[in-house]
Amino acid sequence: MSLKIVVLAKQVPDTRNVGKDAMKADGTINRAALPAIFNPEDLNALEQALRLKDAHPGSTVTILTMGPGRAAEIIREGLFRGADNGYLLTDRAFAGADTLATSYALATAIKKIGACDVIIGGRQAIDGDTAQVGPQVAEKLGMTQITYAEEIIAVADGRIKVKRHIDGGVETVEGPLPIVITVNGSAAPCRPRNAKLVQKYKHAKTITEKQQGNLDYTDLYDRRDYLNLVEWSVADVNGDLAQCGLSGSPTKVKAVQNIVFQAKENKTIGSGDREIEDLIVELLANHTIG
Amino acid sequence: MDVSLELLTKGRSLANQLKCQLEAIVIGKNLKGIEKDLIPYGVDKLHVFEGKGLYPYTSLPHTSILVNLFKEEKPQICLMGATVIGRDLGPRVSSALTSGLTADCTALEIGDHEDKKEGKTYKNLLYQIRPAFGGNIVATIVNPEHRPQMATVREGVMKKQILASNYKGEVINHDVKKFVADTDYVIEVIERHVEKAKNNLKGSPIIISGGYGVGSKDNFKLLFDLAKTLNAEVGASRAAVDAGYADHDRQIGQTGVTVRPKLYIACGISGQIQHIAGMQESSMIISINNDPEAPINTIADYVINGTVEEVIPKMIKFYKQNSK
Repeated sequence: MSLKIVVLAKQVPDTRNVGKDAMKADGTINRAALPAIFNPEDLNALEQALRLKDAHPGSTVTILTMGPGRAAEIIREGLFRGADNGYLLTDRAFAGADTLATSYALATAIKKIGACDVIIGGRQAIDGDTAQVGPQVAEKLGMTQITYAEEIIAVADGRIKVKRHIDGGVETVEGPLPIVITVNGSAAPCRPRNAKLVQKYKHAKTITEKQQGNLDYTDLYDRRDYLNLVEWSVADVNGDLAQCGLSGSPTKVKAVQNIVFQAKENKTIGSGDREIEDLIVELLANHTIG
Repeated sequence: MDVSLELLTKGRSLANQLKCQLEAIVIGKNLKGIEKDLIPYGVDKLHVFEGKGLYPYTSLPHTSILVNLFKEEKPQICLMGATVIGRDLGPRVSSALTSGLTADCTALEIGDHEDKKEGKTYKNLLYQIRPAFGGNIVATIVNPEHRPQMATVREGVMKKQILASNYKGEVINHDVKKFVADTDYVIEVIERHVEKAKNNLKGSPIIISGGYGVGSKDNFKLLFDLAKTLNAEVGASRAAVDAGYADHDRQIGQTGVTVRPKLYIACGISGQIQHIAGMQESSMIISINNDPEAPINTIADYVINGTVEEVIPKMIKFYKQNSK
């Protein structure tokens, strides 16, 4: 049985490699100083999707991402690894969305894509770590969900069998299609880019990107339709503006601060024998160790 | 689970501040007598849902119970453990009720909120405080308009405390069928394997913890050597876990375990808020770091200016020499 699979992927700032210039003097984030990457767990999800496609010939893998224009990069990364197509949800009205408004937008786009069997994404994104979008999308679509997936074991007769993490262990569960699945970072890593696919899709662009660049080969996009990446606005997915972006977000950020730790009076010592020995003796004497 | 008891204690103090009741929900099987374990934490009303399909946990039946109960009871606040179950269930419930949810809070407070744009003032909202953006900032989140205000909290962040062993609370045994449709039981749990935790980070009085600055998985072995010598546990920062130096179950911080040991030795840890949130209440902190500017040094009692490779073997050597 061939499957229609949608991968939810997010472009995120690489919060794992935050340098000293990542925060501005006023305590806000200097996004320009952080490289934008494919959210790591979404890559694990993409791999599970591609494996399903390998196992079920005729299946399609669609990348769905929401973000600013530059998030089209996520779709190209997906195409380079074996996805078939992708959609970029981009609109000023989506800005400032919390997890619920994000889920609403993604769910409307998934409805527009239509007739999906498996919707799969990373467990959480590294810029928020909330793990909320997957279950919220599932609820909005009226589908059940399997979170913290380690491996999709099999799909047969309209049912999917998944190994997943639970608190302190693992379990194997089975549920009906269509379904939403979120994948853990400990799942199999994503396959690398495929050289042939990179050649095929390296010029793939959204309409906005085409308008920005000086295109020498405009006819290329007429001849090879797969190079045209689709952008969707709120209107394109029949979205309700009141449920999008900031206005559709029940949570509001009241305050953001850089915490300044109450500095303790501390003692700095070097790494010489004498200094380390004195410290150890002191810790033994006051029964901190030993 | 401990985190639920910790949240009962936190919930009790919030309820006292708001002058309202603390209610708790328990869902599962074989729950007879469960009230004896819960009501002493100050629970005024305990909702019990007992049924065959309710254990092991699956998403939809639990969601239906919470959503339908919340529609009746209209709670202003809902707290949940940020366990795998809580993180599966919380967002689903919040979506169904279009109420906001904040994950992995490290502090919960009551306070007012003024929306200057709308010219509205809100009294007694739940401040949901959490590190965000990889732990580089701390955000205070509020849900002005939507109820319940939902938050999840990791185990160990709050402290549990029995209020009174003879506390009087009401127990309500609900009819599960009135809350859950048969069609909700769609996920079948085929096999389940729960292991005992591989480490005892939460209970260990001494923790040797390593960060990205440890440099390699090989160097991490030095931490295990020191831990063995001092009868301690080994923890890790998120950066060290991401780099593959240590297993995920050793991660200390907002998205890992919160610890309060007698002694915390931070090796090559720079000290992002996300990490500090999980260890700042340690009685004594020693930082081993060759960067004198590392933020963790500001909360350390002792800073050893040096590398893990040179300092740890010396600590082991001098401990062995002096401890007899």
